[in-house]
Amino acid sequence: MIEVRELTKYFGKIRAVDRVSFSIRRGEVVGLLGPNGSGKTTLMRILTGFFPPTSGEAFVGGCDVQRDSLGVRRRLGYVPEHVVLYPELPVSRFLAFVADVKGIERSRQRARVEEVIAECGLESMERRLIGKLSRGYRQRVAIAQALLSEPEVLILDEPTVGLDPRQTVEIRSLIRGLGGARTILLSTHILTEVSLLCGRVIIVDGGRIVAEDTAAALSQRIEGVSRTLIRVDGPPDMVAAAVRALGEIERVEPAAESPSDTSRGGSAFVVVSKEGESVRREIAALVVRHGWGLLEVRALEPTLEELFVRLLGAEQRTGADA
Amino acid sequence: MRNVIAVFRKELRTYFFSPLIYIVGAAFLALCGYFFYTDLLHFVTFGFGVNIMENFWQLMFLDIRKFLLFCVPFITMGLFAAERHLGTIELLLTYPLRDGEIFLGKFCAAVVAVMALLAPTLLYPFYLHSVQPYPLLPVVAGYVGLLLLSVAFVSCGIFISALTESQVVAGVVTGGILFSLWAVSWNEAAVNPETLQVLRAISMFDHFHGFAVGVVDLRDVAYFVFTVLLFSHLTFRALEARTWRGRR
Repeated sequence: MIEVRELTKYFGKIRAVDRVSFSIRRGEVVGLLGPNGSGKTTLMRILTGFFPPTSGEAFVGGCDVQRDSLGVRRRLGYVPEHVVLYPELPVSRFLAFVADVKGIERSRQRARVEEVIAECGLESMERRLIGKLSRGYRQRVAIAQALLSEPEVLILDEPTVGLDPRQTVEIRSLIRGLGGARTILLSTHILTEVSLLCGRVIIVDGGRIVAEDTAAALSQRIEGVSRTLIRVDGPPDMVAAAVRALGEIERVEPAAESPSDTSRGGSAFVVVSKEGESVRREIAALVVRHGWGLLEVRALEPTLEELFVRLLGAEQRTGADA
Repeated sequence: MRNVIAVFRKELRTYFFSPLIYIVGAAFLALCGYFFYTDLLHFVTFGFGVNIMENFWQLMFLDIRKFLLFCVPFITMGLFAAERHLGTIELLLTYPLRDGEIFLGKFCAAVVAVMALLAPTLLYPFYLHSVQPYPLLPVVAGYVGLLLLSVAFVSCGIFISALTESQVVAGVVTGGILFSLWAVSWNEAAVNPETLQVLRAISMFDHFHGFAVGVVDLRDVAYFVFTVLLFSHLTFRALEARTWRGRR
């Protein structure tokens, strides 16, 4: 459904996208994962026909983004990052405008607008001015306008950025409901979001694809290492040494802590090990044996930075081998 | 065509549901009203109430022209600059719309907005005619001139708006350019006669003068049509800039 070959985009001397190739089949939900400034938005803007690539080609629904830009734009729904929409238009008026320009027949327009309003949970906001909506609702309107023409392809650029936790959960469940028949490409820099929403993940950094895998395989890669935070009331040196002496421990390092953490007492360490669960059990037993106080044991969520370090590290290693 | 109408309707809705156009309109009509009164006094006291075209309408049209120059930039400044500033341009340009359809929709909406400012001034000729009948046809010529002038102003404003992200910059630059196109032929002593000829040919206001005295000269009409085409062409190039930036 989406086919990208050797796509490169320069802004002056800056190479924003560097020979990127991938393809996405019909019905797939693919996450574009990468830190800010890694070229995700540029890539999406090329796919939506907003601007053309410097070189390479891209196809959406069989249409060339450069030669048949209108065809591409007819086939897709796009939710840009941080879009404010038109603050002076009411929700239903804005959606009617979009229905008009997306070529939905006059007779079906009203029904279709009402459908997406229901689908995106905007019933109570229909007559409000977009400028008066909360960010969460504005994001719903942005998703609603993308869905209006029942596009085959949906492109969502950081759909949950800037939302509060409840809105984030709501928007994620809305997106999850969209999968199935539609092909979805969404970008994010939040690791958990990818595992929640996407079947496959393309990881980009510095405009290049660093890795491409299924979400399951990706989480396995991260699970190859487990980090546990422990907070123990006891002599720090002895605690560290005792934990290090346990089996299967890779590293024990003092945890970087904020002032609010240190006020909780004890001393905190991050324990890096192959396997998480048994290590946590052993640590608990160890602390009890020594008569120290166990204040906290917590599995740490893997972060995007760690994933990158591992992926890039692995790549450099294979590079060195060759 | 359907797409043009869709954009047109959206722009009109944006114009008439925000306060700006009412503020600009109020200022415009207040000025027009005041000058209608003073020009009429001038006509009665110094023109002895004869030759209404020369002694009244000419002054009136030249005054309205000045106020248009101040008002049109406020109307055109947001057309593209606001879309860029808000980020909605990204949506607009990724909808299945041609650049020409977006341009035409916005252009027509701005022209209609300016006409909405001018429309209430039609009261003056009809009021005067009811007090003392006089030939209305030359006045019609004057209004044709105002219309052409407005369209030319709008085409200039829309072009400048397509170049920047800031409405303030768009408004100020548009005002500056329109003012320059008026002022180039002011100081007749500063240039030699040949150059003055050229400057007169460029000056948007010199081309309006014929209309103000009730004369429709095809050369003046051609000038305005050419100006509109030139600025429209430049606007297209400005919108296209996104497609060649980043090429090598």
